[in-house]
Order: sequence, then C-alpha cells, then structure tokens
Amino acid sequence: MTEPLLSVRDLTVQFPTRRGLLTAVDRLSFDLAPGEVLGLVGESGAGKSMTGSAIIGLLEPPGRIAGGEIRLKGERIDNLPAEAMRRIRGRRIGMIFQDPLTSLNPLIRIGDQLVETIVTHTDRTPWEAKLHAASLLEAVGIPAARARIDSYPHEFSGGMRQRVVIALALAADPELIIADEPTTALDVSVQAQIIAVLKDLCRDKGTAVILITHDMGVIAETADRVAVLYAGRLAEIGPVADVISRPHHPYTRGLMGSIPSLDGGRDRLEQIPGSMPRLSHIPPGCAFNPRCLQAFARCVAERPPAYRADASEAACFLLDPAMSPAEAAR
Amino acid sequence: MLAFLIRRIAEALVVMVVVAFFAFSMFRFMGDPVANMMGPDATIADREAMTKRLGLDQPFPVQFAAFLGNVAEGDFGVSFRVGRPVIDLVKERLPATLELALISGLFALVGGIGLGVYTALRRDGLLSRAIMAISLIGVSLPTFLIGIALIYLFAVELRWLPSFGRGETVRIGGWTTGFLTGSGLASLVLPSITLGLFQMTLIMRLVRSEMLEVLRTDYIRFARARGLTTRAIHFGHALKNTLVPVITVTGLQLGSIVAFAIITETVFQWPGVGSLFISSVQAVDVPVMATYLLFVAGFFVFVNLVVDLLYFAVDPRLRSATTGGH
Repeated sequence: MTEPLLSVRDLTVQFPTRRGLLTAVDRLSFDLAPGEVLGLVGESGAGKSMTGSAIIGLLEPPGRIAGGEIRLKGERIDNLPAEAMRRIRGRRIGMIFQDPLTSLNPLIRIGDQLVETIVTHTDRTPWEAKLHAASLLEAVGIPAARARIDSYPHEFSGGMRQRVVIALALAADPELIIADEPTTALDVSVQAQIIAVLKDLCRDKGTAVILITHDMGVIAETADRVAVLYAGRLAEIGPVADVISRPHHPYTRGLMGSIPSLDGGRDRLEQIPGSMPRLSHIPPGCAFNPRCLQAFARCVAERPPAYRADASEAACFLLDPAMSPAEAAR
Repeated sequence: MLAFLIRRIAEALVVMVVVAFFAFSMFRFMGDPVANMMGPDATIADREAMTKRLGLDQPFPVQFAAFLGNVAEGDFGVSFRVGRPVIDLVKERLPATLELALISGLFALVGGIGLGVYTALRRDGLLSRAIMAISLIGVSLPTFLIGIALIYLFAVELRWLPSFGRGETVRIGGWTTGFLTGSGLASLVLPSITLGLFQMTLIMRLVRSEMLEVLRTDYIRFARARGLTTRAIHFGHALKNTLVPVITVTGLQLGSIVAFAIITETVFQWPGVGSLFISSVQAVDVPVMATYLLFVAGFFVFVNLVVDLLYFAVDPRLRSATTGGH
C-alpha cells in the first residue's frame, strides 16, 4: 500500500467536566489513502464529529486530544503550533459543516469570502482570485456564477448555499475534505445533488474525503470504505460493499438490519435492544457488551482489539482466531 | 429606500408635535411666570398688561397653536427671564453642548468598542477581568459623583486640568469652538470623560457579550476551518457582525448624551444649553424650557434616523428586504 494521506493512531479525545473526565473518542485508528472516500458512521454521540474536529484541529475547548497521533503524509499535525495548524486548515484539509444556512457570514458577499480564502492560501492576486472564485462557483453548479459572485448568502437557497460552502472548502485545493453531515440540514431532493457535486469534484481533483453521516444510503453510494463508530471506539472498518453485505461486528450487523430496504423483503425492521451508553457510563470491556446477544465472559472483562476478517477489521472477540469454540458457544 | 426615508421623516414630525404638546402643557403648571418677572411690587394693571403681552390670557389650544406656528417659522419666542429671543440664547449655547457631546460620544464609541473587543478576545486575561470590574463603577456611579471625583483628583490635587468652563474659545462665523486653543481642549477632557463614561462602559459590555456570541457561530467556525488568519476572523468577520445590534443601542445612547449633559454641564459650569435649561427652570422661563425639550427630542429623532440608515449600510439582508422584495 502506498503511504497513506492521513494516518490516525490511537486518537483519544477527552473533555473534563464536573462529573469527571469524559472520553469522546477512545483509541481510534484508521488510515486514509489519497483520493479515497471514507465514510464515518455511528449514532449521535459516537464520536464522529469529534474525530473530524480533532483532525482539523478545531476541537472546542475544554475538549482536547489526550493521546495518540494524527499524521498527514507522514507529518504529525496533532501537536502543531496554532499558526502552523492554521496554514494547514483550508490549504491541505478543508471542512464542510452541517448547516449551510449558518456556515456563511451573512454580511459578506460570497465572492469576497471566496477571494479572502484563496488569497490567504495562494499567491494569487485578488483579481486572479476573483476569476478563480467564479470558476469554482461554476464547478459546484451555481447557475450564472459570474453574475452571482457579488450576491450575499441570504440571496441563495439552502442547497445553493451548501454548494457555495463546498466551493469555499475546495478553494485552495486541499488534499482532504472532512464533510460533517453535509446534507442533513437539506431537503431530501437536494441531498443527492449536493453529494454528487462533492463526489465528482473530489474525484476530479483527487481530493480524499472523510464523510461523516448517519445515512447508510449516502455511504453506500459514495464511500470506498466505511468506519463504524460506537461509543467513541472503532467497531468495524472495511470496504463499503463488505461492511454492508457481510458485517462482522454484532453492532454493525444490527445497524445494517435496521435499514429499511425498498424491495421490501421483511415486514419489520430489526432493532438493537437498548441504546448507546452515555460517555460517563461506558461499561468495562467491549462498550457494546450490554446490548450484544452474543456477549460472553471475556467481553465484559477485556476490550477487544481489531481483528482482521476478510477485507475488513472488526473489534470483536468472536473474530479472535485463538478463541475456543466452546467459549464462543456460551 | 426613498419611500422609507419619507415615511421615517413623517413619523419624526409626529413625534416632534407630540413632544411639543407635552412640553408646552406641562410647563403651564410650573408656576406663574408673570409673578416671577415682575416682583412683588408690581400693580395688578402691570401684571395684566404683562400677561396680555405674553399671550398668557388666551385659551390653551390657541396658545399651543400659536407656539407651534411660531416654531415652524423658527421663532421660539422670547425668554421671560432675559427678554431676548430664545433662538439667540440657544445659538450662543449650542456649540458648547454639541462639542462636549461630540467628544464624549467619540470617547464612548472608540473606548467602548475597543475595550469590548479586547475583553471578548482575551476573555480570561488578568487585564480583561480588571477592566470588567472597573467598568462596574462606570455603570453604577452617578454622573455628578464621577465628575466631582475627577475634579478633585485632576484639578484640585494634581492641578493638571481646569475644573470649570470652556477655556478660551475661537469664533468662527456664528460658532464658538474650543477645539482650536490649548485651554479649550484641556477644558474638554474632564467633562467629556464624565459625560461619556457611563455610555462607554455600557457599549463596552454590549460589544463584549455580542462579540462572544458571534465568536461561537457556525460561520466563525467555518472561517477557522478555511484557515483564515485570526486577525481576519476577529476583525473582518466577527466585529462586523457584532456591530449590527450595537448600532441600535449606541444610537440611543448618543442621544441620551445630550440629555445627560444637563448634569455634567452643571458640575463643570459648562456654558451649554443644559445649564441654560437649569437656570430657566429656576425662573420658570417656559419658552426656553420648551425649546430645550424640542431640541433634545429633535436630536433623538435625528440620531434614530441615522441609525436606521446605518443598518442599511451594514446589513445586506435589510437592503434586499425593502428594495428587491416586492
């Protein structure tokens, strides 16, 4: 395998609170190849957005990276001084947020917001930057881009604003885009368009994407690989087709079982009993053990490492090749 | 835009007439000006002649209508006390008050926005905490006390600055200014601080809380995610959004600077319209008092109009709501 674009090793994000230290992301590891699209899925509070914020260095205090490391093309970026990290943001790692209605400064023309971003990160003159801004807006599918470059954000619809946000995130040609629920706030009819714009542009430019979402449909259509998070930990990671058709972790199996399918094979959707534990009450051992129908003694005692299973990896003792069949049967 | 302006000016006129009505009717109950002017030795015939000359024997609506008509022509009547046209008295005093208000307003705006931004950005800094603590004094102490304390410290003890009056003034046309002489500028310092301190601390606290609010918004987070410089984020993106609500409050506060000038002018014996009003109250000089009230109301209305126009300049959402919308 070629050198990964992004390498996350044992990333741990913690929040000091009055009730003690909460661990929002717990020893998370994954790699991302250049140009690859990685889906990051999980329930609310599973640590998806925290992971994204940690990578781009925008954790809200008092949250902080408490352990592990993040490397961008081999260079460590999790402990860089603020100014060096600022130069990476926008230039090498871009980010798209959930709500396009609030992501744009309402008092500044979109053209000026684009020009500002371009001029900050490149040698372009403001005049060249403005031409580039217009071509970016064209690329994200804003009709009459040249005419609308002097418009204010409120003059655009939600979908159009998210296109502008994508143009802004891509303005300085970053190598990686972190898209944090980019379509959740949009109408269903617009969601597919936005995902298509993002996907096509990133493929053309060779930009890698971390797509944070809880929409498995979007992941299935867009991502190359998918990582399933549960209570801040990695449950399973692997090629999208494998994870969807042959999930190995019991949680992933439950997650896939709870997705309605249009061909209507089943009448009732399967549910996972219980709910994800709060960060202050994560059980010992495997975080999923209280809800897992196949849990056994070891699941309560130890935290499972990631085991290889086909093309995927999953953190479940059921996949431990050294485990005795008798133990698994219990 | 033009329609908006015309509507606002019409509203302003209504406000002015209402103020004029209240001013005029209230002062009818403030004692008998004739008795004040004539002294105890005057004969009844003299009093009646005086009452007739001042128009005080007419019924109230007639008096008010006459007052309004005169005002519209720029005739604010003749002072009962001094016997000169009120407009001349006000003209003499106006430059002093307006210069004082201008400097206090600038002090309040520049100091308030500057310190507000500073304390918001260095939220946990020692200096910020100190500024916030001291600002409580500005909000809670009455103006006259601050004025007297400043006089005691800088004029009596340290002898750095004059304690009263405008110093030397220069006459340019009908305007006397204290801006062009050393003593004139020195005399402005203490009254301006006294008058502007309350507004400054108020603006500062407002700017601080607005700025903290704006710094938490998604578009600031997105600006950070785009790698913009801290400077561009704070002063290009955050400050501009902070100023939208600040403009309203600041506008009203600048209006009240002129109203509050009465106290400051009294403490510093400042020869402005405020002290003219105080001496007129003592003499029940109705035309002067009514003119003063009209002047303050007019100033408020004017400032509000400017504030509305500033909104248009700052916030593009309002511009399209009135021009492009329908």
